[in-house]
Amino acid sequence: MGIDDKEIEKLAKLSRIKITDAEKKKLSKDIENIFEYVSEIQEISSNLQDDNFLNSRFVNVMREDGEPHKSGIYTEKILKEAPDIEDNYIRVKKIL
Amino acid sequence: MIDIKKLDIKMANKHLIDGDFSAVELAENCIKNIQEKNLKINAYLEIYDDILKKAAEADDKIKNKKDISILTGIPLALKDNILYQGKRVTAGSKILENYTATYDATVIKKLKEEGAVFIGRTNLDEFAMGSSTENSAYGVTKNPYDMERVAGGSSGGSAAAVAFGGALAALGSDTGGSVRQPASFCGVVGLKPTYGAVSRYGLIAMGSSLDQIGPIGKTISDVEIIFNAIEGNDKMDSTSLFENRRQISGKDIEEKSIGIPSDFINDGIDKDIFENFNDSIKKLKSLGYKIKEITLPNIKHSLAVYYIIMPAEASTNLARFDGVRYGLRKEGADMIGDYFETREAGFGIEVKRRIMLGTHILSSGYYDAYYNKANAVRNVIKYDFYKAFSEVSAIITPTTPAPAFKIDEKSNPLSMYLADIFTVPVNLTGMPAISIPSGIVARGKAKLPVGLQIIAPHMREDILFNIGRDFLAEK
Repeated sequence: MGIDDKEIEKLAKLSRIKITDAEKKKLSKDIENIFEYVSEIQEISSNLQDDNFLNSRFVNVMREDGEPHKSGIYTEKILKEAPDIEDNYIRVKKIL
Repeated sequence: MIDIKKLDIKMANKHLIDGDFSAVELAENCIKNIQEKNLKINAYLEIYDDILKKAAEADDKIKNKKDISILTGIPLALKDNILYQGKRVTAGSKILENYTATYDATVIKKLKEEGAVFIGRTNLDEFAMGSSTENSAYGVTKNPYDMERVAGGSSGGSAAAVAFGGALAALGSDTGGSVRQPASFCGVVGLKPTYGAVSRYGLIAMGSSLDQIGPIGKTISDVEIIFNAIEGNDKMDSTSLFENRRQISGKDIEEKSIGIPSDFINDGIDKDIFENFNDSIKKLKSLGYKIKEITLPNIKHSLAVYYIIMPAEASTNLARFDGVRYGLRKEGADMIGDYFETREAGFGIEVKRRIMLGTHILSSGYYDAYYNKANAVRNVIKYDFYKAFSEVSAIITPTTPAPAFKIDEKSNPLSMYLADIFTVPVNLTGMPAISIPSGIVARGKAKLPVGLQIIAPHMREDILFNIGRDFLAEK
């Protein structure tokens, strides 16, 4: 299966990455090669007769809501890492 | 003058307790080695400015015999994708160039309690994506055994730092071989623990069903000491194993039986590595181990499965780098334009490639045929291992199909991915594995270390340590 320019542009858009024309060419060739390589899994039978051994070690971890930390104790430290803030808010360009 | 390269943690601890040298002197010796070597090797991206202060605190504890452990005053290096509060953490990426960690990873919290001294943060492939550190935004880490070659990756900085005496031991992370492969290239010991044995809280995520933090050291006992210090259930990591689920798996089989998946190993492997592997088998036989042929019929599909699951998970994990909450922001024409500009400027080519590949795999029409199918095949591979472990207590392979390669040698991504052919299957199964030095191969004038990989059933790190100690004749 080939990955053409249009497909690469679509993937870049979905991935929120701007790519240059040079990158486009290289990426489409690379991704096509890797995709071709991984396609071998299509041929494998994956019907397991005995799947009792699966995932028995992991359980979903749930907890009740409650015991929140004191409001605001991390605010300053975390906002210090934000690229742009105003008071206690992170500032971004307008969306609508 | 303390020779860091000849010192292990147990010996260092004894000297500290006996007062032969102080933690400050120990740290100073590491710093001296770093000043001599790091400019060339580029293992460390930053040396912390509070090392001597932390070492002096450890000396106080040792003097007062208060709250001390075997790791008190021991200098350790940290892979630069593990959060250490108040310190910069970049994940080898421009997108986090000026990021300061806002909290401690659980492994850091635990090692702080032990009184370990963190020397600095070490180089890695960007977001741990690579096998050579060539994908780091901060330059390649060179192999201490040959400056023309890579140290391996992605934890190349950590492995090189231990090898040249820049720390006594180090932390790395292993998603498809990123602790074991550089350990093998640099002649040191590297452990990938059982998935869920060590908390990943505070590790910058790549493939969440595969990632695991692991120690790198010069000896089995160094790696074991650090593993014991960092493992354990953690409520901050939902994939952390509960104590009652850490029961030992595998049937009661003879401890000294080792399996070899010959079909898998003979294919496309370097001649010298193959010879070295056969020597390792002979050595294990002479130590009283029974060697048994085993078959893992689906292991050959591991790399294909891995390059579906890992990019799918990575593309999801890296969606958080949007230039809004932390890290780099590049201005675009509008809000969505900010995302495109930020991710274009902040990510390197391998990261872009994996995000786009993962996005492709997870898009409608491919999700079932690739992602779901890969997960089904992953279970088949796991099952093959379970079956094998009803016959043997461990499985061995070479850690890598070839010794350390030259910088810029692997220009095509697939050829780089193949460097992890023996390590990737273990991450798919979640089982623990270790790489131990198994000898030296010659490449021209260069003498390059190679490694033996030992794999055990879930939660059986003890088997890895026992065989490793026998093999290396460690007390």
